[in-house]
Amino acid sequence: MTGNGGELTWCFSQVKGAIEDDVADADIISCVEFNSDGDLLATGDKGGRVVIFQRDVASKNLVPSRAEYNVYSTFQSHEPEFDYLKSLEIEEKINKIRWLRQTNRNHFLLSTNDKTIKLWKVAERNKRPEGYNLKDEMGQFRSRSAITSLRVPIFQPMELMVEASPKRVFANAHTYHINSISVNSDLETYLSADDLRINLWNLEITDQSFNIVDIKPANMEELTEVITAAEFHPKECNMFVYSSSKGSIRLCDMREQALCDKHAKLFEEPEDPTNRSFFSEIISSISDVKFSHSGRYMITRDYLSVKVWDLNMENRPVETYQVHEYLRNKLCSLYENDCIFDKFECSWSGDDKHIMTGSYNNFFRMFERDNKRDNTFEACRDITKPRTQLKPRKVSTGGKRKKDEISVDCLDFNKKILHTAWHPLENIVAIAATNNLYVFSSKE
Amino acid sequence: MATEEERTSTPCETVREEDEEHPEQIQPTQDKKQVEKQEEAKLKAKYPNLAKGSGGSALLNKRLQKGGKYFDSGDYAMAKAQLSNKSKLPVQPEKIIKSEAVGQTIPTPENIPAGRCRKPSLVTSKLASGELL
Repeated sequence: MTGNGGELTWCFSQVKGAIEDDVADADIISCVEFNSDGDLLATGDKGGRVVIFQRDVASKNLVPSRAEYNVYSTFQSHEPEFDYLKSLEIEEKINKIRWLRQTNRNHFLLSTNDKTIKLWKVAERNKRPEGYNLKDEMGQFRSRSAITSLRVPIFQPMELMVEASPKRVFANAHTYHINSISVNSDLETYLSADDLRINLWNLEITDQSFNIVDIKPANMEELTEVITAAEFHPKECNMFVYSSSKGSIRLCDMREQALCDKHAKLFEEPEDPTNRSFFSEIISSISDVKFSHSGRYMITRDYLSVKVWDLNMENRPVETYQVHEYLRNKLCSLYENDCIFDKFECSWSGDDKHIMTGSYNNFFRMFERDNKRDNTFEACRDITKPRTQLKPRKVSTGGKRKKDEISVDCLDFNKKILHTAWHPLENIVAIAATNNLYVFSSKE
Repeated sequence: MATEEERTSTPCETVREEDEEHPEQIQPTQDKKQVEKQEEAKLKAKYPNLAKGSGGSALLNKRLQKGGKYFDSGDYAMAKAQLSNKSKLPVQPEKIIKSEAVGQTIPTPENIPAGRCRKPSLVTSKLASGELL
């Protein structure tokens, strides 16, 4: 899979979505997720819609294989609601999508907004029964005189239809806003996390859920941290982690107690408490946590860096990668325009050797763990020809700016890449840039 | 996974980027804090009323109460109606409202005109309406 010592050369494959200067709020992509074999790619948007793309089979089997995805299904997952009790609106924005592992011909995914999680079944239909006795193909009743003999309806082929139907609705379990959902490796349960609580659900049961973490203080004035992300371990069905706004990650073991308020491990990088700035806590808030496919490591994303943690070592990360260190001396303006609160996601490659995360100006960062090489690429509309290689970008910080570099002050902070996904088996990545979805693949 | 060099280095040490010609990008912990403090000073200069330490709970409470707060459901419906006027939505056919219903029944979001406009995203996503390349 790797060419010259592990370095990947990325090429443009496809871009989806309209070219618009004035993007409607509803079209902003809010999550991207590959399914377990990478043949399906789901996106959720602020308008509560889910669009699923499917890998084109013909191009996949070419040598070298191409990463082409076509629309497979689309449906309205969530709709805007109003909480009458609190007079608060409930956004229809899809916060997370997680696929279930495929067990039969149908595909299942969980999608969630701030308050409600839904299980959707995506099924193909390419046959339909024809030849009923009482009704004709249009559904009209046949006239009595036309019915002279009894016939057995048979299935006839029809044009492929992909139908999405909601199978379960898991509602009314979260007082605060859901930020994460994670399917357990036992394939029967999943967790949902909001700012202060984490609940455990059985996929079959919608009217009950177990609360497994509750960090709400008795007195809300004493609130110091919130849960920012949570995920089940990929192999150990009893373990999960949750990250906090203070930069710590807690590993919990459900075998110990029903209520996992007490962590089994606490991952935290030591910091001198006297040497903190106003921004210290804000930029240390973890926006995403992801286990490696092996289950041995996890990555966390805070505002300026991505850290790799070894589950066996709690006191500090084993690797730290700077995403956009040049923003450290812009924190004041980033606080004023609220960008400092942007929640970036991070992703592992299928072989756990590479890490990806987004930045501003439609830049995304790729880190190669073995050689400590890193690159910055841009998702931009200038490239239209498939298999065009992406040129690495550079941001200049000092006074002297080289020809192809862009200065920090020229970065567009409205073009943020918050949501990215890496194909579980191949080096194909999906990048959400506002209302556009980019697919890039590597030659290796 | 960590090399000898990393084990002995300070926790926050930057992973060295491949370009040796940009040494200013590698900042030891002390420098980072200084930069942050400078930024903090800038912020305090602009907003002298920013209470110290309020970064904590004020931010958290702001975070917990995400989502528009309205006076009541009628206020919400009106706000949504105004929003739809500005956006480029396809015009939906007028729903006939019985004249007897005025003042006789309590309006629900489904009945009043603004109720329709609460769901702008019944329009199909542009991602699904055909690829451009």
